[in-house]
Amino acid sequence: MIKNISNLGDAAIYCDFGKEVNEQINSNVISYFNHLKKLVKEKKIEGITNLTPSYNKLIISFDLSITNFKKIKKILEILKITNNNQQDSKKIKIPICCEKEYALDLISLSEKLKISVNKILDLNLNKEYFCYMTGFIAGMPFLGDIHESIRVDRLQTPRVKVPKGSVGITEQFCNIYTYESPGGWNIIGNTPLKIFDKLNLNNPALIKPGDKVSFYKISKQEYLNWNE
Amino acid sequence: MSDTYFEILRPGTNTTIQDKGRSHLYHIGITISGAMDQRIFILSNALVNNDLNEGALEFAYQGPLLKLKNGGVNFAITGNVNFNILRGNSTIEEGKCYQNYLLKNEDQIDIISTKNSVFGYLAIEGGFEIEKVWDSYSINTKAKIGPNDGEKFSAGEKIYIKKSKVENFMEKKIDYKDSLEKSIRVTKGTNFNYFSEEAKNKFFKDEYLVTNLSDRMGMRLEGSKLDNIVSSNIKSEGLVKGVVQVPADGNPIILFSDHGSIGGYPKIAVVITADHDKAAQLIPGSKLKFKEVNLDEAEELFKSYFNETKNYIEQIK
Repeated sequence: MIKNISNLGDAAIYCDFGKEVNEQINSNVISYFNHLKKLVKEKKIEGITNLTPSYNKLIISFDLSITNFKKIKKILEILKITNNNQQDSKKIKIPICCEKEYALDLISLSEKLKISVNKILDLNLNKEYFCYMTGFIAGMPFLGDIHESIRVDRLQTPRVKVPKGSVGITEQFCNIYTYESPGGWNIIGNTPLKIFDKLNLNNPALIKPGDKVSFYKISKQEYLNWNE
Repeated sequence: MSDTYFEILRPGTNTTIQDKGRSHLYHIGITISGAMDQRIFILSNALVNNDLNEGALEFAYQGPLLKLKNGGVNFAITGNVNFNILRGNSTIEEGKCYQNYLLKNEDQIDIISTKNSVFGYLAIEGGFEIEKVWDSYSINTKAKIGPNDGEKFSAGEKIYIKKSKVENFMEKKIDYKDSLEKSIRVTKGTNFNYFSEEAKNKFFKDEYLVTNLSDRMGMRLEGSKLDNIVSSNIKSEGLVKGVVQVPADGNPIILFSDHGSIGGYPKIAVVITADHDKAAQLIPGSKLKFKEVNLDEAEELFKSYFNETKNYIEQIK
């Protein structure tokens, strides 16, 4: 499954799973991630300090005073990992409010794409997404793939502040801003659900790589009354 | 819990608590954080008989003015730092780095500034009474993660201290010497071949200026623009401390402790672990030169770095 292994500096291994960004390649990445994570937890591999899965790469960081590139590469070469992603993934439903004040870019998006607002929302609501990775800011999930007809570039000028909970789309992906943050994605709604809870020390991120995510619409009233 | 604390009379530019950093959280978007200069952070703890990963105060440029209340502490400051100890009876004692001092009730530590460097550390015997967040003391002010709600310390705050008095104070000293090697050594990055032949040559030949846009996340450099001949964006992927990434404007950025967990700019190089501390201490306006080493050399250089640190610790055992 790994196409190429190289070093990223002297304290990380860079595993390349292929050029494309698709669910198949990404679930290979996640299978390796889950397997290695378990081995690290069970203390079967020494010195690994971080595992970072992304669309088509897995980066393994390690403590150079304990292990090195050659040792970890050898472990990777003898590991037998099959695509086991299904068993670890969960299904998550996310409430989304798409009223004007939350869907900051919906109207301009509708004009740009020449697709009605309702159609854009339907295409988003009717799809079960796959979580490729989380990161950039704590807990932010990168979901995909969105319907071909609503794929757009990032905003020309990124916003200095995107409100917390905003749901944005760009290219083939959809994400959720877990914190107020700068950002250039096209915002089509907002969720009141806590996607990242820093007080939950054991399980702060609601959505994990490999999970299946879908959205359901709520009214402004339901949004305002949302209570976790 | 002890009632001994430091009252912050002046917080300094960017005073936080740091340790070795966080691990196993990159995958949910939480970066490593941790001391920018790991070696002198470790030495600050060694000087006061602490576990080497105990949390220490990290300050940048101007440090804090601290007044000790309800107790005594054994403390040490590491770095290239100007500081005074103001004794209760109003005498001023000039402080020296890399040695420990006994601070008495109502005494003050005035950390005036770092000299020709950015970061310094203040460790106290027994450590601070601060709760770890995700198994680390490190504060990441950009992501608002860590103790103190992820904020730097501010005036009027109290930082509690675990031990209220010092028993058997013994003087300790390290004869610390800055590294003689001035260049910043790197291995080739995973996108090295995205850059033109000319850019690759310039990257190693020319000097780069450290700009003001430098902090715990990263250091922006200015110099010969690095021409990208493949693509100035890559599919977002994981990052590590030391990565030298080059956005579309052609100016390299070195990533440090509070860098984002993933990113999409091509990586021309990665600073070797042995040179992270040295790179982090470069002040805006200084010039740096990159030097290429291969992976074997980088690993050897790390061994020397690691052994040097160990030797410093041996000096005070």
